Amino acid sequence: MDQEEKTLNESTETEDKSNETTIKYKHTSKLYVRFRKGLKFLRKAVLFTVAAICALIFIMPTVLTITNSFMSKEEIASNYGKVFATNEKGGKVFIGEQVNLKLIPDMVVFDQYKTVLFQSPDYLFKFWNSVIYVIPIVLLQIAISLLASYAFTRLKGRLKSIVFFIYIIVCMMPYQVTLVPNFMVINWLNLINTRWAIWLPGISSPFAVYLLTKYMKRIPTAIVEAAKVDGATEWQIFRKIYLPLCKGAIFSVAMLIFIDYWNMVEQVLILITDDNLYPLSLFLSRINSAEVGLAFAVATIYMIPNLLLFIYGEDYLVEGITFQGGVKG
Amino acid sequence: MKNKGEEKEKKKIKIPKYKMTKKDFIHNLKIQGFILPSLIGVLLFYIAPFFVIIYYSVIDNPISKKFVGFQNFIDVFNNEAFRLAAWNTFKFSFTAVPLAVVISLLIALVLNEKIPLSSRFRTAYLSPMVVPVASIVLVVQVLFDYNGVVNLFVTFFGGDKIDFLKSEHAMLVIILLFLWKNVGYNMILFLSALGTIPRDAIEVALLDTTSEWLIFWKIKIRYLTPTLVFVTILSTINSFKVFREVYLLTGSYPYESIYILQHYMNNMFNSLNYQKLSAAAIIMSVVMIVIILIMYILENNYSGDMEE
Repeated sequence: MDQEEKTLNESTETEDKSNETTIKYKHTSKLYVRFRKGLKFLRKAVLFTVAAICALIFIMPTVLTITNSFMSKEEIASNYGKVFATNEKGGKVFIGEQVNLKLIPDMVVFDQYKTVLFQSPDYLFKFWNSVIYVIPIVLLQIAISLLASYAFTRLKGRLKSIVFFIYIIVCMMPYQVTLVPNFMVINWLNLINTRWAIWLPGISSPFAVYLLTKYMKRIPTAIVEAAKVDGATEWQIFRKIYLPLCKGAIFSVAMLIFIDYWNMVEQVLILITDDNLYPLSLFLSRINSAEVGLAFAVATIYMIPNLLLFIYGEDYLVEGITFQGGVKG
Repeated sequence: MKNKGEEKEKKKIKIPKYKMTKKDFIHNLKIQGFILPSLIGVLLFYIAPFFVIIYYSVIDNPISKKFVGFQNFIDVFNNEAFRLAAWNTFKFSFTAVPLAVVISLLIALVLNEKIPLSSRFRTAYLSPMVVPVASIVLVVQVLFDYNGVVNLFVTFFGGDKIDFLKSEHAMLVIILLFLWKNVGYNMILFLSALGTIPRDAIEVALLDTTSEWLIFWKIKIRYLTPTLVFVTILSTINSFKVFREVYLLTGSYPYESIYILQHYMNNMFNSLNYQKLSAAAIIMSVVMIVIILIMYILENNYSGDMEE
C-alpha cells in the first residue's frame, strides 16, 4: 500500500511540475491554475459517473436473475405473467396488467429453491449432466494439452511449427466448421447420442495447447539445460520444472475452458438427440411458461459455479485473457 | 524509421537458417511422445475427417458416390436459406464487431484514468463473460418482449410497441447481448496494452500539449494498434459464435432477420444432407482461413513496430 501511495504522490508531483512549466510559458494567473484543477476534477467526476452507469448496466441481468429467484410464484406471475403467458391456457394465477421488473422482491422466499431441490428432480438431473460433461473435458483437455505444449516448446525443427500452425487454425474455426468433421467421426464410431459424443471432441480440442504453449515458451531454457546436466529425464523436466511453473496458467486455462463448455449449446443440438442427456444450458431455454418462477431459481443455481470461480479466480481469468491476446504482461 | 530497417537486418543475421542436425533429431525423438495423445485426438476429430468432407463435397451423395465437381458448392451458393444466413451473419459481424472494439476501447481508456473504484468496475464489466447466457435469457425476455419493460419506455415516450424478438429488431437485441458478453473481454486486452505504454512518452508530450485528444491520437493509438488489430479479429471470430445467444433466446426457428449460418447447418444436419453440409463447411473454413491469414499478416506488420 505504502509503495502505491508513494508512486501516486510521485506522479502527482511530476504532473504539478509539468503544469508549472506550461504555466511559465503560457499562463501566469493563479486563477487559471485553480480553474484547471477544477476542470480536472470535473472531468474525473464525469468519467466516474459514466463508468458507474455502464457497470450497473453490465451487472443488471445477473443481479436481476438472482434477486428474482427469491420471489414467490405468485409474485413472478403478477410481475411477468404478461410476458410469459402466451402459451398458458388456464388463468389460475393472477396476471398483472403490466410487466413490472423488480430488483427487490416484496417478500424474500425460498419456495422456488425448495421446489427445484426437492420436488422436481429434472433440473438437478440436468445440472448433474452439465457437471458430468464439463469436468472430464476440463481435466483431460488440460492434461493432454500440457503434454503437447511441452513437446511444442521443446521440439526443434520446422515440422513442429507447421503442426502448431494447424492447431491454431483449428482453434479459431467456429463451430459451424468444426462440428461437421466431429459429427462425421462420431457417427462413424457409432457414438451419436452418447456422452462420448461430447467428451471426445472436447477433450481433444487444441484450445488449451495454444495458450499453454505460449506460456511455456516464456520459461527460460537455461533451467532446462541445468536440469539436463544433472541428468534429468524429459519426464522429470516436465514434471518437476514445467508443471510447477505453469500452475497459474493451468488455472487460467481451466477457467476459460470451463466457461465455454458450461454454456455449451451447439454440440449438444447436433450430437445429442435424447432429452435425458441434455445439459442444463439447453434445458433452461425450453422451460415452459408455467414454471417461470422456477426458471429464475434454476438459472441462479446454474451460474453459481461460474460466479464462485469468478470471485476466487478473477485474476487468473484476467491473466488468461491477457495471455490469449499475446500482449506482454 | 531508418533504424528499423537496420535492426530488422540485424535480427535476420542473428537467426541462421535452421538445419536439422543428428543431435537435434535424437533430442526430438525423446520428446515426440509427449505430443502423441493430443495429436491423435486432433487428427481423429478435426483434421482427418476434414479430408472426408472434401471428398463428400464433390460427390452427389454418399451412396452412389458420383463425382459432380463443384455442383454442391454452386447449389449451396444458390440456396436462398444459405444466402440469407450468410448475409445475416455478415451483417451482424459487420455492425457488432466495430461496436465491440470501440466501446471496449473507450471503457478501457476511462478505467485507465485512475478513477476511484476502477478495479471494481473492471470486475463488473468482465462478469458477463462468466455468466452463462442460458441464465439471463429470462431477464432478456422480460426486457425485450412485446409486453416487456423496454416497450414500456417506448410507449412512455410516445412510440409504438415493438416486438423485438419477432421482427427486424431482433438483430438489435442480439447485438446488445453480444456486446454485453464480449466487451469485458476486449477491455482486459486493451487495459493490458495501455499498461505497457511507457509513462515518459506521455509525460514528454504533456510538456508540449495538454490536449488529451492529441495525446491519444499521436501516442496512445500507436502503442494500441497491435492490440486493436488483434481484438478486431478475435471479436470477428467470436461473432461467429453468437448462435448460442440466438438459439437460447429464440429456439430453432427464429425470425428471419436473425437466421444465421449455424441455423442453416443445423437444418442440413437434420436432413442428413452430407454433401451440402460438407460444401458449406468448406466455404466457411475458407472464409475463416482468409480472416486468420489477414490477422497473421497484420499482426506481423504491426507487432514488429513495437518490439523496442
